[in-house]
Amino acid sequence: MDYFLELFLSGLTRGSIYALIALGYTMVYGIIQLINFAHGEIYMIGAFVALIVSGVLTIYGFSGVSILILAALIAVIYAAAYGFTLERIAYRPLRNAPRLSPLISAIGMSLFLQNYVLLAQTPDFLPFPQLVPSFEFMEPIAHIMGSAELVILVTSALSMVGLTLLIKYTRIGKAMRATQQDMIMARLSGINVDRVISVTFIIGSVLAAIGGVLVGSYIGQINFYIGFMAGVKAFTAAVLGGIGNIPGAALGGLVLGLAESFAAGYVSSAYEDVFAFGVLVLILILRPSGLLGKAVKQKV
Amino acid sequence: MKANRFRRLRRLVSVFSLCLLTVAANGLAADTIKIGVAGPHTGDLAPYGIPTMEACQMVTAQVNASGGVLGKQIELLPMDDQCKPEIATNVATKLVSDGVSIVIGHVCSGATKAAMGIYKEANVIAISPSATNPPLTQSGEYPNFYRTIAPDDMQGKLAADFATGKLGAKKIAIIHDKGDYGKGFADFAQQFIEKGGKAKVVMYEGITPGAMDYSAVVQKIRREGADVVVFGGYHPEASKLVGQMKKKRVDIPFIGPDGIKGDGFLEIAGRNAEGVYATGPMDVSKYPLNKAAHEAYVKQYGKEPGTFFDQGYAAMQAALNAIKVAGGTDYAKLSHALKNSYVETTVGKIKFDSKGDAEGVGFSVYQVKDGKFVEVQ
Repeated sequence: MDYFLELFLSGLTRGSIYALIALGYTMVYGIIQLINFAHGEIYMIGAFVALIVSGVLTIYGFSGVSILILAALIAVIYAAAYGFTLERIAYRPLRNAPRLSPLISAIGMSLFLQNYVLLAQTPDFLPFPQLVPSFEFMEPIAHIMGSAELVILVTSALSMVGLTLLIKYTRIGKAMRATQQDMIMARLSGINVDRVISVTFIIGSVLAAIGGVLVGSYIGQINFYIGFMAGVKAFTAAVLGGIGNIPGAALGGLVLGLAESFAAGYVSSAYEDVFAFGVLVLILILRPSGLLGKAVKQKV
Repeated sequence: MKANRFRRLRRLVSVFSLCLLTVAANGLAADTIKIGVAGPHTGDLAPYGIPTMEACQMVTAQVNASGGVLGKQIELLPMDDQCKPEIATNVATKLVSDGVSIVIGHVCSGATKAAMGIYKEANVIAISPSATNPPLTQSGEYPNFYRTIAPDDMQGKLAADFATGKLGAKKIAIIHDKGDYGKGFADFAQQFIEKGGKAKVVMYEGITPGAMDYSAVVQKIRREGADVVVFGGYHPEASKLVGQMKKKRVDIPFIGPDGIKGDGFLEIAGRNAEGVYATGPMDVSKYPLNKAAHEAYVKQYGKEPGTFFDQGYAAMQAALNAIKVAGGTDYAKLSHALKNSYVETTVGKIKFDSKGDAEGVGFSVYQVKDGKFVEVQ
């Protein structure tokens, strides 16, 4: 039973990271039907900024939690700026182009950002400081769940709740929902659609950067390529939950994380990806629009 | 038409005169000891063959200047096999017909295997500086084969012996990164642990490099009750694993291959690296002969020597020593000398075991202490 619990918690931990990144994919897709392949790179850039900031802060004698919060904050701001710029440069000029063009542009941005970090930073792995302190009260159950995992779970849960509230109860949230339903109609009723799209990118990037900082300090190393794998997994999670559906992305992330963890624990970690993608195939066969996705009629 | 015939005639004449030249050279050099040097000297693998050739030339020049071996001059016959088995057989035939008694080479395992049959029939000894394929010595098919480099499975064997011997492990978890290098190491370690019979392999599992999280594997290690982890792979995964083991309070020794024995691992794993074991090539730069050879090389060529230079140098030294001890180039006497008399070389003081692997060459176990890899005595 202990073993089951351990696997469950580690699945939940990685699942909530997938969910955080998947939210960015799904929000962007929901609004402009674009798969933002550069999203994983935003996550990676968030981690890199946090690494640099925490290095600088350590030199200036900051300590523990203050570094974590400041580094995360600056990483989030930077990533938001990157997300905003990304949309401005790579997607907005192609708003009315055929659907394939922004997709290609997205892949191009992904490659560009990866190689930019490779050249500007380093191709090697870099050690990432353990920003989350070890809490005293976690010590008795540290073998099952550590402080870092607790922080990951709590932070991602809070982020998701915050996002839900934002979308449900704020003006911009209402505007986002309107844009998602019908972009032209939203524009006609006075919504600044371009601004809504920018905000969507910013929110997605913020979530990705939070994920990047959490993962970096959890596994203790980053390099320019971590965004690719995380992006693939998160994209899978988004599709699994029904792309375009926000609770779906969260659920998809958790299902994927748990599937991987249990596959690694009870079968073999050599097969964890096989199981993860097996679950995807199975769910898409049974529910072609994902777990929570609704079958959308083609807009005419 | 006429011009054509004339051209053909000219070509024939030049071929003839070339043949005459070789005959003359062979005739003149009748009273020398011939040693072949076979390896890739052209093509994309040349960087692995040329250092050995240069090493042999340096040793030969030195020995010849001081009167040769047994009063005879050494004559080197360098031959290019391009690491290709089909060319290696031609090279071998040519060397045998030229009357060599020892060949330094070949360099690539595949080419070496192809050539060995021909040498075996002709009672020619081959000493390779670089063919690491285990069956070359272990299969017993090539009694005339020797090498001055450790075979591929040596690291796996060393890790297995260390885990079951010095660490006294009874239950071993083997993890690898599914790559050629990592899985190869893990497979050999598993083989030797099972053959040794002192411990059980309770877990053998591949992990995905670049995955976000290995905590499920770490939990499994705990559940299987392993008392040592043997890992095949590179330093990024190793540092993630040791970090997560520490976080999950799985406090057992961790042994990796030379892929983790470097600054990258120390830097990324940080404090978690402390106490981790890694196998790695022995430090040969401490031997005085090695130092001297490197200095001489830098003086002559103006750069640091390339890959397998040390091993090639040692192979040549071992060959000449064997000829000296055997008092000639008789096959049986040479074999006896190689297997029984120690010789100081650039890779240490060596002799060959009954299968042809150099004793005292290869890998040591290192442990991280205070942020540095220290050889475990």
